[in-house]
Amino acid sequence: MVRYPAWDQDEARSIVSGLSHLEGATLPILHALQEEFGYVDPQIVPVIAYALNLSRAEIHGAISFYHDFKTSPAPRRVIKLCRAEACQALGCETMVDHLARDHGIDVGALAHSHDVAIETVYCLGNCALGPAALVDGELIGRLDADLLAALCSHHGADA
Amino acid sequence: MSDAPSVKVFVPVDAAALSVGAEAVAKAVAREAEARGLSVEIIRNGTRGMLWLEPLVEVETPDGRIAYGPVATGDVAGLFDSGFLSGAAHELNLGKTEELDWMKRQQRVTFERIGVTDPLSLSDYRTYDGLKGLQKALSLTGAEIVETVRASGLRGRGGAGFPTGIKWKTVHDAQAEQKYIVCNADEGDSGTFADRMLMEGDPFLLIEGMTIAAVAVGATRGYIYLRSEYPHAHKALSRAILKAENAGLLGDSVLGTNHAFHLEVRLGAGAYICGEETSLLESLEGKRAIVRAKPPIPALKGLFAKPTIVNNVLSFAAVPWILQHGAQAYADYGMGRSRGTLPVQLGGNIKRGGLVELAFGISLREIIEDLGGGTLSGRPIRAVQVGGPLGAYLTAGQLDVAMDYEALASIKAMLGHGGIVVFDDTVDMARQARFAFEFCAKESCGKCTPCRIGATRGVETMDRIIAGHERPKNIAVLRDLNKLMTDASLCAMGGLTPMPVMSALNHFAEDFDRPVLPLAAE
Repeated sequence: MVRYPAWDQDEARSIVSGLSHLEGATLPILHALQEEFGYVDPQIVPVIAYALNLSRAEIHGAISFYHDFKTSPAPRRVIKLCRAEACQALGCETMVDHLARDHGIDVGALAHSHDVAIETVYCLGNCALGPAALVDGELIGRLDADLLAALCSHHGADA
Repeated sequence: MSDAPSVKVFVPVDAAALSVGAEAVAKAVAREAEARGLSVEIIRNGTRGMLWLEPLVEVETPDGRIAYGPVATGDVAGLFDSGFLSGAAHELNLGKTEELDWMKRQQRVTFERIGVTDPLSLSDYRTYDGLKGLQKALSLTGAEIVETVRASGLRGRGGAGFPTGIKWKTVHDAQAEQKYIVCNADEGDSGTFADRMLMEGDPFLLIEGMTIAAVAVGATRGYIYLRSEYPHAHKALSRAILKAENAGLLGDSVLGTNHAFHLEVRLGAGAYICGEETSLLESLEGKRAIVRAKPPIPALKGLFAKPTIVNNVLSFAAVPWILQHGAQAYADYGMGRSRGTLPVQLGGNIKRGGLVELAFGISLREIIEDLGGGTLSGRPIRAVQVGGPLGAYLTAGQLDVAMDYEALASIKAMLGHGGIVVFDDTVDMARQARFAFEFCAKESCGKCTPCRIGATRGVETMDRIIAGHERPKNIAVLRDLNKLMTDASLCAMGGLTPMPVMSALNHFAEDFDRPVLPLAAE
C-alpha cells in the first residue's frame, strides 16, 4: 500500500523548477510529480509549460499520450496485471474472466471504493514465470486467480 | 559469530527470482545462519537464467559453486541441517552450477558474468574481465573501434538486425558539436527479458558498451531509455551509474583520458511504440512519442537533431567482449550472415523457461524440447510465437527452423529480440489474431492511417469472423487489410502486426472456422 500526500501546488512548483534544466525535461518532471503525489494534477500544466518554454497543449499532449500518467489521485494499491502473449499462454485471460465473474472486479476499472486499481500492462519481463503482475512495484510470478483476488480485496490490511 | 571464514551464499536479486520469493529466502538464510552462529556472506547475484529453478541458491565450496533450487523459505532450515554450507547432499542439491546441462550447452559471451558476480560490485566486474574492452578501445582511434565492431559482424539485437558497425561509422563520420549515444532499453516485446536480466545482472557491461560507443564516435552525452515496467532495472542502473561516476569511469574524463561521457537513465511511461527508435527519440525530447518519417536517419539527425547512435541493450553489451577478444573471435560464432551469439528467451507455457545464450543456428525444436522440456501444462505444443507481439506464430511442425535472421525470414517469421513464447493446444489462434490487432490499436502512435485505423478495423473484422458472420467475405477483408497495413504503414508497429495475424490465419485456418459458441462473452 502506498500513501501519497495530497496535491501541494507549491511543492509541485519546486519539483518542476528543480528539474527544468534537464534536456527533454517533460517526462522526468511528470514522473517526479507522479512519484511524489501519485498523479499529475492538471493545474500544474501551465507551470511546466512556462518553465520549459513550451505550450500548454504540448504538456497536456505528453500527459495524455503515455499510459503511465494519471490525472486523478491514485488508489492505495495499484495492480499492474500482465496480459501479453507469454502470460496469455498461461491463462491470464481466464483470471481476468474469473475476477469479473466471481468477484465483480473489472480490470481497468477502479475497484473497492477506489482502494485498489487493477490495470492492464503488456509485459513485465517475467515471461518464464508467468502469469505476472506488478503490485505496488513488487513483481509477482506464477500468479493464480485466488492470489489475484486476494490482492484485490486486501485493501488496507497489510503494508 | 565464530572466527571461521564466512561461507559465500548467493541468492539472486533479479526481478524474476524476486517474483517467486528470493527476497524472503535471502532473509531466511541470514536468520538461520545467525541463529546457528554460523558466518555466511550473502551475495545478491544476478540470475543464471534457469528461471524455473528460482530461487536458485548457490554455495561457494572449494570444488566450485553448488546449486540448490528451487528453494522455498520452508526449505532453509533443512538445508542448514543437511550441511549445505559445505555443499552437502539434499533433495534440492542440483550439483555444480557450471556442470548443469543448461549451463554447459551455452556459449555465454555477453552473459558470461551474469549470475556469477554481484551486479553492483565494480571490483567483481574488474575481477571478471570488466573494463578490458574499454581499455582496449581507449588505445585505438575512433575509426579503428568502429572497424572492429563492423568486422565482428554484430547486427542490432533489437529486432531489425541492422549492422551495428555501419551505424557507428555513419555517426563517426558526421560532423557536429554534439553527438549522442542512446540505448533503447524499451524492451516491450512479450516473451523477451534478456535486456532486463542484463541491466539487473550486469549493469556495468551496458555502461561500458555505451562508453566505448561514445569514445568511438566522439559523443559526450548518453541516455538509457528504460521502460517503466522495469523498476528493478531502474534501480540497478541508477546505482551502477553513480558508482561508475565515483570511480572515474563516467564523467568529464573517462578513466583519466580526454574523453568525456555523461550518462543518464530516463524512464519511459508505458508506451510500447517507444521501442521504435524515432518515437523513442521524440519521447526523450519530452514529446508525445510519435514516429518520425525516415530519412533523415537518427545516425545523422537523431536526438535534438544531432547525430545519434541508437542501439539495443544487447548490441551495446556485446561490444566490450568484441573489443577485448577481437572481431574475429566474435564472428567465429554463428552462421551465414548471423554472426556471434544470441540470447534466446524461452517463456510462456514452458516447463523450463529462462535465458540461454547460444551461437546462431540452433533449431527452435532443440531449444523448446531439449532445453525447455516442452509445455508446463504437459499438453502438446500447438503454437510458438517467435520475436514478440509482431512476430509470427509457428506450428509444432515448423520447429526445425534454425534460429537466425535469414532462416526465419525465409518462412515469413522473424527473430526479433530472440523471444520464444510457447502455447499448448488450448490456444485459440483466432483470438490471438484478434489480440494482435487489439494490441496495435492500443499502442499505435496514431501518425499513419494504416496503423491507426487499420488496427481497429482489424479487431472489428476478427470479431465478425469469430462470431461467424460471413466468414469467407470477412477473411478476404482481413487479407486485404493485412496487405495494406504491411505495405503502407510508416513503421514496424503497423507494418508487422499482419505477421502474427497472417501466420495464424495461414497455419491455423481451422481456428477461423470454429463453431460459434452460444452467448459468446465478447
